[in-house]
Amino acid sequence: MNKIKVAIIGTGNIGSDLLLKVQKSKYLTCGLFTGRSADSQGLKRAKEMGVPTSTNSIQAIIDNPESCEIVFDATSAKNHLEHAPILKKLGKFVIDLTPSRIGQMCVPAINPDIAFAVDNVNMVTCGGQACIPLAKVIMDTHPDTEYIEVAGSIASKSAGAGTRANIEEYMQTTKNALEEFSGVKKAKVILVFNPAEPPVNMHNTIYATIPNLNIDLLKEKIESKIEEIKKYIPGYKLTLGPVLDKGRVVMMVQVIGSGDFLPPYAGNLDIITCAAVHVAEEYAYYKLIK
Amino acid sequence: MNNLKFFDSTLRDGSHAVSHQITADQIREYCEKIDGSGIYTVIVGHGNGLGASSHQVGFAVIKDAEMLAVARKALKKTRLGVFLIPGFATIKDDLQPAIDIGVDVFCVGSHCTEADTTQQYIQYLHDNNKEVYGILMMYHMTTKERLVEEAVKMQSYGARGIIIMDSAGSSTPSLVTETISHLVKHLDIPVGFHAHNNFGMAVANSLIALQNGATIIDGTIRGFGASSGNCQLEALGTLLKKMNIESGLDLYKMMDVSEQVVAKIMKKPQEIDMIGLMGGLTGVFSLYALPIKRAAEKYNVDVRDIYTELGKRNIVGGQEDMVIEVALQLSKTKNN
Repeated sequence: MNKIKVAIIGTGNIGSDLLLKVQKSKYLTCGLFTGRSADSQGLKRAKEMGVPTSTNSIQAIIDNPESCEIVFDATSAKNHLEHAPILKKLGKFVIDLTPSRIGQMCVPAINPDIAFAVDNVNMVTCGGQACIPLAKVIMDTHPDTEYIEVAGSIASKSAGAGTRANIEEYMQTTKNALEEFSGVKKAKVILVFNPAEPPVNMHNTIYATIPNLNIDLLKEKIESKIEEIKKYIPGYKLTLGPVLDKGRVVMMVQVIGSGDFLPPYAGNLDIITCAAVHVAEEYAYYKLIK
Repeated sequence: MNNLKFFDSTLRDGSHAVSHQITADQIREYCEKIDGSGIYTVIVGHGNGLGASSHQVGFAVIKDAEMLAVARKALKKTRLGVFLIPGFATIKDDLQPAIDIGVDVFCVGSHCTEADTTQQYIQYLHDNNKEVYGILMMYHMTTKERLVEEAVKMQSYGARGIIIMDSAGSSTPSLVTETISHLVKHLDIPVGFHAHNNFGMAVANSLIALQNGATIIDGTIRGFGASSGNCQLEALGTLLKKMNIESGLDLYKMMDVSEQVVAKIMKKPQEIDMIGLMGGLTGVFSLYALPIKRAAEKYNVDVRDIYTELGKRNIVGGQEDMVIEVALQLSKTKNN
């Protein structure tokens, strides 16, 4: 079977994890792995795998537009501002893993078809990917719910310099996406960096104050949504609830990473690379059968 | 000792002790009476700081903005301060509104090894010409060398001072001596200390910090605070007077506030119980007290054994699930 070629901009942890996932895919192959730094470990590894590489970042795509149909941007929000118009001109389908929020937000368990409607999708945040589908279930089954809160805990070791320098963007993007996708009036986001050793797995607690609660209905719908999410995020797991505790509904989900490039505790990074590759695969599958 | 600054966390740390139920009237009365006492800043808010009122750590009885507006009106001479932890507070929803209300002093905190999570927030305040301090919590969990590295980061973002928090009340006098003198030697900005009283040492450790070059002491009136409470500011002030050290504090005023206002807010006298002692001994964060008590009851194991095991595992904030795991394991060992 033919494969659709992708380019990955950004040769750090996220870029390297994307590369391994793309190379395992039935529908995708990496046509270009490109960054800025010549001594990047990620670039070296890609070269050893026989993947075409470049240190000219986006210029490599401009110079050789045939290298890809899909582009993953795993750089930074600031860089994506510059990349987005160039890629649009080149007619590429762009999957943005930065918190730039230029493209339409995409959570595969909710709006997978967005990939066929627009040319730039944004993968929100790890907390968003983990919690938004469940918040949407709460709102679909209990539309009178007025407040949903999500508290995420991630291992310090899994939070790179980029995450740490952009907490504000993380918090605002996650909150806005929660409100927009689920329709809840007010969402609150909490993020805890956990420095414990050995590193802890990513987990998220979702709280909601729900009037006229039908816990059996909620449980049933949550459990079926979890199965749906597991199809593209294998390490996604409901560890508690939904249960009624002190007048509020509580549930916890844990994400254990696939361990492709990043260690299993970095479920927060895995969830977003899994979701991004899933979107690319849907797009590629559609192209290939057409 | 010149230019000592006393930070007053009574309403903030004390908030933990009453499950964040401090009312607007209590804040107003406290601020009116403490105003002009020589305290540098009165820090007001939820125990976990701005934006923390939540299911996760407990809802406060009133909104941050209301607390700050009431305090702002009542404080004429003493500066109004806030505390915040990135991950709870955001610039847009919490910090900018606090700036707009007229807060004077900002304390931005992180776990002792995570100073880079404060960068956006300290820089934002610095760029807006606000007086901002960096707070390193749970300091006993790392080395003094690492604390300097983290403090230097905060200094580079624009912090005007660094306050070391003994969040678990786990300090020994020698740890305070070593840590504070090392930081004072390696930083260009003032160093402060926030003590907890798990070993009945909060005032003593604060004095030791001062003797080793700290110039900021963060404490509370009547010792009101989480777990075993804090450095009792009026006690430290009186001790300094006895030692003929000028503190600039109006002790009568502080004693009056302690008797007339804080005693009424407190639900019980600040005491050192078994939980406090075990917390200090094992270095387990004071906010685990309740989950540990619950788990001990549920699985019929000794609270102290849970503390000991959690201490061995170096538990940090946000690992409530480990409390259950440990309790369950202890109960299995016990029954075998």
